[in-house]
Amino acid sequence: MKKVESVIRPHLLDSVKNALQEVGVVGMTVSEVKGFGRQKGHTETYRGSEYRVDFLPKVKIEIAIANELVQAAVDAIVKTARTGKFGDGKIFVSSLEDVVRIRTGERGEQAL
Amino acid sequence: MDAAPAIVSSGDTAWLLASAALVMLMTAPGLALFYGGLVGQKNLLSTLMQSFVLVCLITVQWVVIGYSLFWGAGGLVGGTEYAFFQGVGQDPLVGQTVPHLAFAVYQCMFAVITPALISGAVAERMRFSAYVLFTLLWATLVYDPLAHWIWHADGWLLKRGALDFAGGTVVHISSGVSALVACLVLGRRIGYPRQAFPPHSIPLTLLGGSLLWFGWFGFNAGSALGASGLAAQAFANTHVAAATTGLAWLLIEWVHRGKPTVLGAVTGAVAGLVAITPAAGFVTVSSSLLIGVGAAVVCYLGVNVLKARLGYDDSLDVFGVHGLGGTWGALATGIFATKSVNPAGSGLVDGNSGQIVAQLLGAAAGWGLAAAGTYLILKVVGLITPLRVSAEDEVSGLDLALHGESANPGSSGTPSVASPVRDNVTPIRH
Repeated sequence: MKKVESVIRPHLLDSVKNALQEVGVVGMTVSEVKGFGRQKGHTETYRGSEYRVDFLPKVKIEIAIANELVQAAVDAIVKTARTGKFGDGKIFVSSLEDVVRIRTGERGEQAL
Repeated sequence: MDAAPAIVSSGDTAWLLASAALVMLMTAPGLALFYGGLVGQKNLLSTLMQSFVLVCLITVQWVVIGYSLFWGAGGLVGGTEYAFFQGVGQDPLVGQTVPHLAFAVYQCMFAVITPALISGAVAERMRFSAYVLFTLLWATLVYDPLAHWIWHADGWLLKRGALDFAGGTVVHISSGVSALVACLVLGRRIGYPRQAFPPHSIPLTLLGGSLLWFGWFGFNAGSALGASGLAAQAFANTHVAAATTGLAWLLIEWVHRGKPTVLGAVTGAVAGLVAITPAAGFVTVSSSLLIGVGAAVVCYLGVNVLKARLGYDDSLDVFGVHGLGGTWGALATGIFATKSVNPAGSGLVDGNSGQIVAQLLGAAAGWGLAAAGTYLILKVVGLITPLRVSAEDEVSGLDLALHGESANPGSSGTPSVASPVRDNVTPIRH
């Protein structure tokens, strides 16, 4: 089992979500986050005083999936979240030790 | 004064009373929101309060003694004959067609807004008790005498021929210069200019600025003291100058900084309103276009260049907009005043170069009284109560520290404190 976390441009959330559903992802957790990478922040100017805003808004999608699904899911995210410019985000894949479905108590792949 | 028709005109009175209400609107909510949007959210209520409380405080001061110091007979300052509005009744004001009471209450609104303008320079750090004491003394010792000098028949500046139709010197130079002195005496906000102080709500500022514009029709056109052709002239000039300066500011900013900003447009409009104030009843509409452009250049430089160069923390640019805009307006009145608009004034365009000298004198007197008066009053108030809140209160916000309230309380009644993510902005030094 893997946990796939991707940080993407907010306006592409819908496309990424649809693409993930198409490849068989059945659930996800989404949060609004802020941060910076190579895109850096932006500047704001008020009566000539300029300010740099370091953290930009992004959306983080977390999914927990079986190993077989990882490649397809990552491909789907890359395909739909890519614009080719700084700020497209990142995907983090990590091993997942266990999963519990709270309603039934099922564990492991059963709970995915 | 000429022989007065001893009758009250219903039309003139209606316009003056409506104008008084319009000028009241300029302070609250106009100026309150204009300033309120520019401060941090933790200081929104304390900033709104600095305007609103003066509607209450200075009105009482005006009735008790302020109006008499302004309109009573006397050389340097009016006497006490109108204290508590004695003798200020329904009969017409001498030489006018409006009730004396209508004039007194109209002028009250000017006395209210002028010290409120200063609050923008000391925003986000001044203790409320010190502010109340300062504005009360300032209205009594600076505003009332200055208004007497320029507008009362006994006033020495009026006798020297200084023109100030609606308060360019009385209101804007006096508040703008006092603002500069006050922010120097109080010192910078903690962290300025290393730390950023971005406005928390440009929409509030736009709303407040637009209400100022709306109320300014009463301020300037009401100063004709009647529903007359002169009122229409002042109304048109006021509108044209505000629009012109707003537009010119946008263009300058667009070229200079790359983007036209909402804050720039509304700041420009207010600067235009300031500059046309002394000239509104003396110049043509086409002169108003030029006065408007001049205001954009002068005030843009003041706000964008001068403040950064000199390093004073005039938090909301009261000096840059009102001090400099008012000074430009005073001089521009000496240039553009023409007898074709108002027989009471002729400037350089009429070939009267002496008017510029009178205008310089009026402006210099305004600068001098405002600077000296503000400095001395703050020093005295500082002996009675600290001028600034504690460093801890300044950092955590004045709303809770001074008023025990929060503009946007969280679910548990806690103040909306700084969000580490939202507030992580840093100023850029050039």
